[in-house]
Amino acid sequence: MQLVLEKRTERSNTIALVSPLIAIGLTIVTMTILFAILGKNPLLALQAYFVAPLTDGYSLQEIAVKATPLVMIAIGLSLCYLANAWNIGAEGQFLIGAVAGSWIAVKTQGTDAGAWVLPVMLVLAAAAGALYALIPAICKVKFGASEILTSLMLVYVADLLLDYLVRGPWRDPNGFNFPTTADFDPVATVPVLIEGGRLHLGSIIALLVVAAAAILLGRTIKGFEIRVVGAAPRAARFGGFNANQLIILTFAVSGALAGLAGIIEVAGPVGHLQPGISPGYGFTAIIVAFLGRLNPVGILIAGLFLALTFIGGEQAQIAMKIPLDVTKVFQGILLFYVLACDSLILYRFKLVFPNRQVARGAG
Amino acid sequence: MRKPLLALAAGLLLAGSLSAASAADKLKVGFIYLGPIGDLGWTYQHELARQALVKELGDKIETTYLENVPEGPDAERAIEQLVRAGNKLIFTTSFGYMDPTLKVAKKYPNVHFEHATGYKRDKNMSTYSSKWYQGRYIQGLIAAKMSKSGVLGYIGSFPIPEVVSGINATMIAAQTINPNIKVKIIWANTWFDPGKEADAAKALIDQGADVIMQHTDSPAAMQIASERGKLAFGQDSEMIKFGPKTQLTSILDTWGPYYIERVKAELDGTWKSEDTWGGLDSHMFAMAPYTNMPDDVKKIAEDAQAAITAGTLHPFKCPVVGQDGKEIECKGGANLADGQILGMNFYVKGIDDKLPGK
Amino acid sequence: MELVEAIILSVLAASTPLLIAATGELVTERSGVLNLGVEGMMIVGAACGFGGAWLTGSIFIGALFGIVAGILMSLIFALMALGLAVNQVATGLALTIFGVGLSGLIGAGFVGERISPAAHLTIPGLTEIPLIGHVLFGEDGFVYFSIALIIGAWWFLYRTRAGLILRACGDNHVSAHALGYPVLRIRTFAVMFGGACAGLAGAYLPLAYTPFFIPGMTAGRGWIALALVVFASWRPGRLVVGAYLFGAVTILQLHAQGFGVGIPSQFMSALPYLATVIVLVLLSRARTGGSTAPAALGTVFVPDR
Repeated sequence: MQLVLEKRTERSNTIALVSPLIAIGLTIVTMTILFAILGKNPLLALQAYFVAPLTDGYSLQEIAVKATPLVMIAIGLSLCYLANAWNIGAEGQFLIGAVAGSWIAVKTQGTDAGAWVLPVMLVLAAAAGALYALIPAICKVKFGASEILTSLMLVYVADLLLDYLVRGPWRDPNGFNFPTTADFDPVATVPVLIEGGRLHLGSIIALLVVAAAAILLGRTIKGFEIRVVGAAPRAARFGGFNANQLIILTFAVSGALAGLAGIIEVAGPVGHLQPGISPGYGFTAIIVAFLGRLNPVGILIAGLFLALTFIGGEQAQIAMKIPLDVTKVFQGILLFYVLACDSLILYRFKLVFPNRQVARGAG
Repeated sequence: MRKPLLALAAGLLLAGSLSAASAADKLKVGFIYLGPIGDLGWTYQHELARQALVKELGDKIETTYLENVPEGPDAERAIEQLVRAGNKLIFTTSFGYMDPTLKVAKKYPNVHFEHATGYKRDKNMSTYSSKWYQGRYIQGLIAAKMSKSGVLGYIGSFPIPEVVSGINATMIAAQTINPNIKVKIIWANTWFDPGKEADAAKALIDQGADVIMQHTDSPAAMQIASERGKLAFGQDSEMIKFGPKTQLTSILDTWGPYYIERVKAELDGTWKSEDTWGGLDSHMFAMAPYTNMPDDVKKIAEDAQAAITAGTLHPFKCPVVGQDGKEIECKGGANLADGQILGMNFYVKGIDDKLPGK
Repeated sequence: MELVEAIILSVLAASTPLLIAATGELVTERSGVLNLGVEGMMIVGAACGFGGAWLTGSIFIGALFGIVAGILMSLIFALMALGLAVNQVATGLALTIFGVGLSGLIGAGFVGERISPAAHLTIPGLTEIPLIGHVLFGEDGFVYFSIALIIGAWWFLYRTRAGLILRACGDNHVSAHALGYPVLRIRTFAVMFGGACAGLAGAYLPLAYTPFFIPGMTAGRGWIALALVVFASWRPGRLVVGAYLFGAVTILQLHAQGFGVGIPSQFMSALPYLATVIVLVLLSRARTGGSTAPAALGTVFVPDR
């Protein structure tokens, strides 16, 4: 018996809508079995994962806060991936953005600097993220060095640079030498939207980014170019599109968005620069980009959904004493199912019982 | 097929809600852990303390923990989740949780918080930590006695005051035995990477160190020293299993008594915000049995331990001389002030290395 | 033991897991498949490898457990990325998340246990030769095996017909298919080989390096293995150089600290990564005719019928 894929003549829109539901159904079945094996009540566990976080305003806010950096980074990455440029170093661009923006915050600390501080921080962070992303892009275009590797390597470099700064020059003078800057002044902090909560302006910016990306890809020539270069490079060359220019452009945009996400996270929920500001956002965002099928609205949904599993995982740990490792297994399985079911949009699955030795003739 | 399964599930649901109801009047105590509970080091010791707490007061309390909580933007949410789940006393067990704990504490004035190793407090937020440098002093004495090469190897995690004061206490003690003792320091720049810790231990041994001390969390260095026939000190937890002929002693984080005391206070309604920086006298940490050393060395160690516990011996007794040969200003009377130790940012005389970031 | 010899020994030990994992990934990528899940396969290999050795008391059986675990993990990847034509980058990342969780669940049973590490070779008369004795005749079995493995991979890729076909699949799956080669089946075997190597490399850590299991003990070595493959521009010879170079920089920066060289340790830790970028740019520049990456790397292939 053999599983065979058959290309659909056109992508199935019904399945495009239904496939996430199938995936969630399969995940629930699998996890029910796993929970039962672990001796946990499956219904309560699933309730803790999927339902509880959606039932109160606090958890909803937290989902939005968690999803904000993921969505912003993933939007930028989706542009890269659509153009066949493989930026997997968003984590590093995120960190560099955070560092560059924090520079202003640290230098203006305790001065009477006005409302200009935060906007300048945001701009500088975006610029730094873009420049940092340009290193792999230029190495690729000029020298042919694989951008997958160079962008990944630069993640570690950024991480260590941040580490050096907060343990050395930028260390909080009153902080007993612990590796963190002093808390940012109010003018250097991203404002909170709802009093007492953590939802902040960054979530609005993320929504604007989603809208902008949707317009770029759907309504502009540049967006068309990006999609053609990625999907049909030869046709693009005949069309006179410059693939190298697009690599530079998409890397710069995705670096800028990652950098922006970085400073928003630091000047928002964290409030100061310290090591460990990113629990792997740059890598998780890659998954978000694919879960969202490289489509801006899809990415928004995927980001929120993945955030839900993080929040739900914590609630399951509290309410049911389900170990964190189970949550990771659960996330992995969920991702497998979602990705596999998405394959149904382009292909039909068929089981073939081998009676054929014909196909190998030419070998 | 489907119906029995549903019935079973409904039954379980019922059972679950029943047990939840009976637990409602118990005090809920929450813990935030940095690593996995099986890290054999820092988090593991906190988890052992939580288990001791449950054993002691299990009929009156219910405990919950969140493990592997990174010290970034997620920490505040994790702490708040515990609050919202009804926990009234919450232990946040790593330095990086300081600001998140403070933020949540301000938001929930009726919940009490206990933050490990930090320095910010509030009406409903205590801090607690250990004077590990006292244990390091004892280790310094043992190390100087036991080292044949006169070179100690020290694996540091990060150059924060806790670690730097440990190195200094070690050297001050070692110099009382052997004025020419040397220490080689390698910063692993991680709390936790067994492979890298093993590499660092190998490098130190290869450069002539014959007693290995570590301020990182895994038993890797102990095990390398054991393989090479050298001596070593454990860290955080009992590591003698990884070096039966190697471990001299180990600084054991024993948070259990403190946790039990604080939870009892909470139960009695006498909890108030405090700053606990406990040493050997208050059992915040303990020394593992002194092993693999002759009786005279053991006696030196035991005497020092007794003197420190009694308060007659202070590792940072003035004058403390810095690397540049100048005396450090003595702000605490006869000894360095607690603040000077908590913020220690210099090496003492006799350390040839340069403190990173200086 | 002389310092130089000691350093070489440390470098060999530190490089061996990288070399084993990277050899597997090199063969996988040469067939045109990019599996970013090396870290996930390694950590599951570490957990199962330790479990196997702890239960049976045999390092060899532990290694076999690690290999089998790696293969099973890679089969999930193969089912997804080859069977169902799912994007390989996303699948690989998902595999890592899954593996980290799974290894924690498996490992929970033997946290705090220890085993005796893999024995080192001793040949009387040879092992005692100064400087080279221990390096050549005093290693553990994994080190020798890793060298045999990379030589075997080179021989297979460049000296056998099967290797030629595998490379053909990686360079142009459409032509390979047109010639009648079962592209997906070949790639599945390549992915399984990658999984076996990653599982073994993971098992090396608790079996020979630090003989206990702790969750997360691979600490990013799977990602370094991935980088090494690209660094080596998909050539086995360069892979050996890269793996030992990387191990050497890691070990030497520790030694430099021990000798009190006053450079910020963060800078020293960043060196291997910066070096990789620079070497890669130089290599790519020196080369004529663009990249040597397998042309079909990471792309989906669904045979027409």
